[in-house]
Amino acid sequence: MRETEVLVIGGGPAGLSAAVEAASHGCDVTLVDSDLALGGQLVKQTHKFFGSEAEYAGTRGIKIAKILFEELEAAKDRVTVLSNTTANGFYPDDGVVALVKDEEEYIRLRPKKTIVATGAMERLLPFPNNDAPGVYGAGAIQTLMNVYGVFPGERVLMIGAGNIGLIVSYQLMQAGVEIAGIVEFMPKVGGYWVHAAKVRRLGVPIYLRHTITDAIVEKGVVAGAHIQRVDEKGRPTEEIRKIDCDTICMAVGLIPTAEILWQAGCKMTYVPELCGHVPQRNAFMQTTNPNFWVAGDASGIEEASAAMVEGRISGISIARALGRIQGEAFQERYLELWQRLSNLRAGEVGAKIRSGLEKCSNCGCDWGEEA
Amino acid sequence: MNLIKEHPILEFHHARKVTFSFDGRSLEGYEGEPIASALHANKIRIYRETPKTKRPRGFFCAIGKCSSCFMTVDGVPNVRICVTPLKAGMVVQSQKGNGSVPWSEPEAQKEGDGLA
Repeated sequence: MRETEVLVIGGGPAGLSAAVEAASHGCDVTLVDSDLALGGQLVKQTHKFFGSEAEYAGTRGIKIAKILFEELEAAKDRVTVLSNTTANGFYPDDGVVALVKDEEEYIRLRPKKTIVATGAMERLLPFPNNDAPGVYGAGAIQTLMNVYGVFPGERVLMIGAGNIGLIVSYQLMQAGVEIAGIVEFMPKVGGYWVHAAKVRRLGVPIYLRHTITDAIVEKGVVAGAHIQRVDEKGRPTEEIRKIDCDTICMAVGLIPTAEILWQAGCKMTYVPELCGHVPQRNAFMQTTNPNFWVAGDASGIEEASAAMVEGRISGISIARALGRIQGEAFQERYLELWQRLSNLRAGEVGAKIRSGLEKCSNCGCDWGEEA
Repeated sequence: MNLIKEHPILEFHHARKVTFSFDGRSLEGYEGEPIASALHANKIRIYRETPKTKRPRGFFCAIGKCSSCFMTVDGVPNVRICVTPLKAGMVVQSQKGNGSVPWSEPEAQKEGDGLA
């Protein structure tokens, strides 16, 4: 049995930020990640971030990952990193989190406090042959081409014109891959106009009010797709178009990865705006299980800038719960972080998130449970 | 290998090139990178066949969650090749059905310990 003060599950933007923040206040941290290397989606994001300057607006995701890795390196005396390590379960009876490292080593770890920063997983649409090799998640395509430099295909049909669909289409073209088109069920593009304009300028058709009806399979792999126009009520019309492609990229949303939170008995609420079941949390990102905090997409699908600030908020709040920071020092840093988070969610673009958070936050002005 | 050579933003730093076998063929890949990346770079997209409907499956999530890319690696079935690093000389096989672990008699029994 191993012990740690703070366990951070997930080494993406939220988890990295949580780990370095908690460590900066003197906590001993164990950071686990199921991937071969840390960084989560950041290490695949070649585009420049939006958001605010405090959260590296104008900087590419891959560069932000480097900045966080440097912070982690500076805190290495206090942070134990276990990569290729999956948190397989939480056992409430003795407070143990079961970890499997390198598919071989079974580790029982008992943390005092846990931050769940497990991120999200890709959604899939139901259509015939959606299981065929060549139908890939957008994150998977980014991994292949931006991390390992492997062509995901020669001609890709993108499903979904949200920010991920638009950005990944542009990234594919930067890598030299053809985009057959972008298919969007809604009557307008869901992502930012600047991203849509970039792909439109390059001549990529965006099929609004369309859906994929099936993937065409030859020799066991994707060889095309049929897409179909839908009417204003979303009902299929007679207009069907055949698209030639060898890859279909699904960018139709994400689902929070929340298994550990369920196991920890956190009160969960289904919030459509946050794309799934998410834990109830207070203004410190603490869940209804007083030993569990949450940050990033696991707390509701948003984006990496907010995930990083949420990670910091959970990190400093755990430091306070462990008695490492208090009083004015805590309040000053906490309020600064909270302000940064509010800035990111201000205005029209944050409206959906704010409405979702109202359903799962006990924010108010209370200062949370002093553990 | 089918690799991105020129990119406006990224530079790719690969580790040592190693050989491994896929269904009896000898292929090249980079040590430490996921097996799925190496197979994909060799334009191999079918990784297994489902147990009941015998449908081909390949890569999908790349984060070890969706179970689509299970293969038999060095005799071990159901290996998530999207998150398993490639090593020199690995034996990678398409998986048919659920896969099975080769059973060998425990040593004590082979020597005849009197148990049935």
